Amino acid sequence: MPDRSRGERPPTPDRGPRPPASDGGPWEGAAGRLSGLGVSQGRAAGPMIRLADPPELPAPRPVADPGAEAATVAKALEAVAAELNRRALAAGGEAAEILEALAMIAEDPMLLEEAERLTGDGHDAAHALDAAFAKHREALAALGGYLGERAADLDDLRHRAIAAALGLPMPGLPSPGHPYVLVATDLSPADTAGLGPDVLALVTEHGGPTSHTAILARGRGLPAVVACAGIMDLADGTVIGVDGGTGEIAIGLTESETAEVGQVEDARRARLRTSRGPGRTADGHPVRLLLNIGSAADLERDAAQADAEGVGLFRTEFLFLDRKQAPSFEEQVAAYADVFSGTEHVVVRTLDAGTDKPLPFLGLPQEQNPALGVRGLRVDRLLPGVLDTQLDAIAEAARRTGAEPWVMAPMVTTVGEASDFARRARARGIGRVGVMVEVPAAALRAGRLLQEVDFLSIGTNDLAQYTFAADRQHSALADLLDPRQPALLELIALCAEAGRRAGKPVGVCGEAAGDPLLAPLLVGLGVTSLSMAPVCVPAVREALAGLTLDECRDRAQAALD
Amino acid sequence: MAQRTVVVASASGLHARPAKLFVQAAVKAGVPVTIRAGEKAVPAKSMLGVLSLGVVQGTEVTLEADGPGAEEALDTLAALLSRDLDAEEALDA
Repeated sequence: MPDRSRGERPPTPDRGPRPPASDGGPWEGAAGRLSGLGVSQGRAAGPMIRLADPPELPAPRPVADPGAEAATVAKALEAVAAELNRRALAAGGEAAEILEALAMIAEDPMLLEEAERLTGDGHDAAHALDAAFAKHREALAALGGYLGERAADLDDLRHRAIAAALGLPMPGLPSPGHPYVLVATDLSPADTAGLGPDVLALVTEHGGPTSHTAILARGRGLPAVVACAGIMDLADGTVIGVDGGTGEIAIGLTESETAEVGQVEDARRARLRTSRGPGRTADGHPVRLLLNIGSAADLERDAAQADAEGVGLFRTEFLFLDRKQAPSFEEQVAAYADVFSGTEHVVVRTLDAGTDKPLPFLGLPQEQNPALGVRGLRVDRLLPGVLDTQLDAIAEAARRTGAEPWVMAPMVTTVGEASDFARRARARGIGRVGVMVEVPAAALRAGRLLQEVDFLSIGTNDLAQYTFAADRQHSALADLLDPRQPALLELIALCAEAGRRAGKPVGVCGEAAGDPLLAPLLVGLGVTSLSMAPVCVPAVREALAGLTLDECRDRAQAALD
Repeated sequence: MAQRTVVVASASGLHARPAKLFVQAAVKAGVPVTIRAGEKAVPAKSMLGVLSLGVVQGTEVTLEADGPGAEEALDTLAALLSRDLDAEEALDA
């Protein structure tokens, strides 16, 4: 235990009610505190290092020697590739594949040619690189879908190449040779692909509970805090404590405190590794713990470790990515059958795509406001064949495997939509039909929806976005997307109560379900199942096991007040 | 001019891992190879070029090369494209 007798306890400003700390006591040795949004449970302490921001492109300068500029261009791209290859070697596995592919783009002869040609036209090295990357970025973005997303990777490479050409430190992950807390304005997928075991925790100035950083951190079991104002003003090397549950950052921990945090966290992880069995509160109230998966491969890889009670959200989008034509009936049957034969209970969500998550084969026109446009079940208004084929394939896969999958539609808004979907699913012999509740209009009509369908599954991420009129990706609005917001909880309570009256299950499959601080609260509201990333299951199971149903209800009531 | 026409077998088409393996092989081939899908032709050793073809599973592509070693290079690359590289990845895992 750290010696807490020395020194004064620093004043702690009143921050209003806070969720309980993840484990262990308060940070008594801290010289100061910052507060953000805790998005991934666990505690860590260590020296922080800030991720360098992308370099600013200076004003163009007159070029005396185009040959020298061309040489700088070539050297910059080589350096970027070398750095990525070095990180690939250190990372191994899937992350190595991603980093190697990025290195190959940096080494691309077409890119080099274009940038060299621009130096011949009188551009300096940095601007030649900038323009060459911009040209290829546009070409990829124009293709849309998966390739459009790769455009973000090109931005990351461009920043690296420009930094190299300007002689600035390369943006990207530091490798200081000791464990550290990674601090950044925000993190891109390219930043995080090579995240090594020396990263203790993540803290970002921007980002919300459903941001890329949050999802990645939960997937890897790393403590993380987002939307933490002021974190980028701290100096590299400052020893900070991170509580991924409460969102608290303690500045300047003592050596003994740092060591204790590590020990407590190790013990917590060890406990989670041995966690097994169905979800129960301390007094034995059952709560089904389920998995969110995207394919049979996810199930094989993660299910054993999680020891969950089935699949609460089988996302079928993966089959449709990268496609100019919809996958065939037979291909779909095979993919669904793979999942059905791997688990006893599975909830399939029909295709959740649209103008916000464009898929090339849908060929949907661009919209001014994709989040409020044709997405989820609404795609059926324009292209009814896609859903019919998918339902046929699910029914056929069920017949072949003898499974009894539950099937639900995303983005259902009205009772009419729900009854139409239920009719079409049941006509194919699908026994259990449900809808996702992501739109406040659906939550308000939960009771009526349950006259049409057999279950509800609440997608808290979208439900928060639509209830608070706040874009899921908008970092400045992260507080509005906090799943503890009473208005969101009230809508969840409405659905759960409707389920109780109808005697039908109401689950949550959004990010909130996998948060051990929120899970008891959701159970207290009356939710009957929680579906989450496999890595989240043990901590949620332990959190529920530590509280009685009445204690869960007390927490829910306190959060609603 | 040596030529091979082959149907891309990988589940993800020529993106992600299959694209990486193909471009790596093209770099090793030693002769400049062009890959064509429909109207568009790009150097096979250009990752950006290959990605920009937007090739999905089942697309027919044509490989072209000239000079000594062209036949062997094209045989190797055509054989690679006709395998489902994504499925092989699953076996690795």
